Amino acid sequence: MTADPRGDTTTAAVSGMAAADGARQRAATAAGGRTAPAAVIGEPAPMPHLLGIDDLDAAQVVRILDTAEQLLPIATRERNTVPTLRGKVVCNLFLEDSTRTRISFDLAAKRLSAEVLNFSAKGSSVSKGESFKDTALTLDAMGVDCVVVRSGSSGAPRQLARYLDVPILNAGDGWHQHPTQALLDVFTMRRHLGALSGRHVVIVGDLLHSRVARSEVQALNLLGAKVSVVAPPTLLPPEVEGWGVELVADLDEVLPDVDVVYLLRVQRERMHRAFFPSSREYSRLWGMDGRRLGLLGDHAIVMHPGPMNRGVEITGEVADCDRAVITEQVTNGIAVRMACLYLLLAAAGGDTEEAR
Amino acid sequence: MPGPARILAADDLARMLRRLAHELLEANQGAHDLVLVGIQTRGLPLARRLSSLITEIEGTEVPTGALDTTLYRDDLGRRQPKSLHPTDVPVDISGRTVVLVDDVLYTGRTIRAALDALSELGRPGRIRLVVLVDRGHRELPIRADHVGKNLPTAYGDRIQVLVEELDGEDGVIAQPSTEGEGR
Repeated sequence: MTADPRGDTTTAAVSGMAAADGARQRAATAAGGRTAPAAVIGEPAPMPHLLGIDDLDAAQVVRILDTAEQLLPIATRERNTVPTLRGKVVCNLFLEDSTRTRISFDLAAKRLSAEVLNFSAKGSSVSKGESFKDTALTLDAMGVDCVVVRSGSSGAPRQLARYLDVPILNAGDGWHQHPTQALLDVFTMRRHLGALSGRHVVIVGDLLHSRVARSEVQALNLLGAKVSVVAPPTLLPPEVEGWGVELVADLDEVLPDVDVVYLLRVQRERMHRAFFPSSREYSRLWGMDGRRLGLLGDHAIVMHPGPMNRGVEITGEVADCDRAVITEQVTNGIAVRMACLYLLLAAAGGDTEEAR
Repeated sequence: MPGPARILAADDLARMLRRLAHELLEANQGAHDLVLVGIQTRGLPLARRLSSLITEIEGTEVPTGALDTTLYRDDLGRRQPKSLHPTDVPVDISGRTVVLVDDVLYTGRTIRAALDALSELGRPGRIRLVVLVDRGHRELPIRADHVGKNLPTAYGDRIQVLVEELDGEDGVIAQPSTEGEGR
């Protein structure tokens, strides 16, 4: 990259904010006053797959966010689909259950007029080794154009990318990556705060088991935000020092300084391993409640990837207050996934014909 | 390879736009029911200029909007995806005369996409097409109602309309080449 992607981040974020102001009352801004976003300076490299944020550079992230910004209003139009991916088949290969993510991808593909094939491997043995390869070859033989894969095994999407010639989109793999979650989060932050360069985000909770946190930190670092983390010592991965984050011991201490509080889900299924004494203890030390809300600056927002455990990492009061943008994250998730599908599938096939 | 040649200067472009504004008003018998829709990206500033010229000539404001055709194109996967731009038409187009404005008419594929994109927004009474430059080489049965300048070109030539708002200057340049680009 020779161009400074920050410059573009700024312009894009400014137009993003302008759109955010009017977005709730549909995209009915007078055409007179608004200019189109600046052309991307130094075209970002095409993405063959979306396997993790660690594969992307800042320009590619900004292109995804800018594309999502333009796709967002489609959802609120009377006709909420565009014909862009008509005739394309997107396969949702969900080797691990995740209804919310699958529905979001499903809707994203349908708004772009793609055919959606839902392949869930629940109860079958397709998650490892040779049989995983056979699943891949089956999808290939069926002629799918893109595979959205969710797996409990870290690295499964990358493996799939080796077997198939079509774009692979990682919808979460093991403890490794969840790139679209990170992208929809930074998209939501950008709509509220403008450019994220120099902004301060604190991530609170189970960083050890969280693919969201890993992707989130990488995306925020790419966009130049400062990231602090607060977590029970037992839920801090040993390599966290190398993530480019600041470790903070006391949540109260950091709250007045941050622009975003990002709460991670307490994964109840992991509670039996006794990572922390009790959920009451957790919410006292690391939970977001009304008192902590009062410590935040006036502009700061509260985010959560869902599903929430009310009363553990977040109280009902906080979840329902207007500083919490959790439902907005869900809405934005569809636009961001549309952007990823569009960019992956629109690029597929290469430049066989010049543009006219 | 010879460098780009300037085919039209800024004042040529200004005179053409003024004539196009008059033509439009004559064909429509006034500014009544008109909506100008500029195709992203260079059609938009041209539509805005036509709009202010019409206001100047006729004394009426004409609603002006922007249309991005990228999501409606049929050449997806044949080239790198273009950046998306806003689609933003401020009024209901149903029953009105929509004037599509673009910089260069070439294969006609952008206009086909624009017609599809427009139909998602409503059902116009009529759709008219105004282009600054018609360079020929149509691949679809599409023609413009009002043309700034007909410009005979070779298929691979590159014709570029420059507008002050995006390029810092007005004009039309041509680059003879074997590599086609633009749209």
